[in-house]
Amino acid sequence: MTLGEIRGILGAIVITQRTDMDREIGRAYCADLMSDVLAFSVTQSLLITGLTNVQVVRTADVADIKAIVFVQGKRPDLDTIETANSKNIPLLVTNLSMFETCGRLYENGLRSATGDTP
Amino acid sequence: MTGSSDGVFFLTGKDFTNAGSASSNLKSILENMGIPADIVRRASIAAFEAEMNAIIYAVAGMLSYSITPEAVKVTLQDMGPGIPDIDLAMKEGYSTAPDYIREMGFGSGMGLPNIKKNTDKLTVNSVVGEGTTLEFVIYLEGPPPQTS
Repeated sequence: MTLGEIRGILGAIVITQRTDMDREIGRAYCADLMSDVLAFSVTQSLLITGLTNVQVVRTADVADIKAIVFVQGKRPDLDTIETANSKNIPLLVTNLSMFETCGRLYENGLRSATGDTP
Repeated sequence: MTGSSDGVFFLTGKDFTNAGSASSNLKSILENMGIPADIVRRASIAAFEAEMNAIIYAVAGMLSYSITPEAVKVTLQDMGPGIPDIDLAMKEGYSTAPDYIREMGFGSGMGLPNIKKNTDKLTVNSVVGEGTTLEFVIYLEGPPPQTS
């Protein structure tokens, strides 16, 4: 599905600039532990997290994450948004909980980046 | 890919605002040199883990890289507490990170094992009270044949 569809499903807002909403997202991964994002092969996927520090964006950059959704209405600070802009990593914020975010995306066909489900 | 490149980034301990930026810059350099995406990702992840370790534990550090048509080599030298038992530190899940590091999403004891997983060659030398030197190599076209 596209990033635009994900925004719609989650009622999310986009907080980065010049964001390509047609970007295709095939898989998703959900974690607050960046060590796990780095340790498992979750590249080219959507990262769903409740952590908002700048290391989340840096982790996403080195791990080739395609976009990040912050849950529970949590917003990163301006420096973090600026880093994401410079790395061309779209940031979305949804008011939904992490459980609800994952549930709705799964229901609409998005699957795990770790390949648990076909 | 053409040409070679080398350089160095200086790291400041506990500087979490810039933590990861050296690895992020290294990633851009590798991409601009036309290194295959898979190698770029492995090198960036390994460098990032090493950089975070230095920033979490050490007073200061230095990340140097050397990129040739054969391999990407990264050395991270830090002025930190040193690792008393390297074999133990290589075990998944073993960590001495304080709680505030875990709250940032790191320090789960996956760093060194993950560096090993992403690289072709890893050496760690450490002196307690002085610091740690970590060096890894990723070959662009598989490891060279043994010559010895």
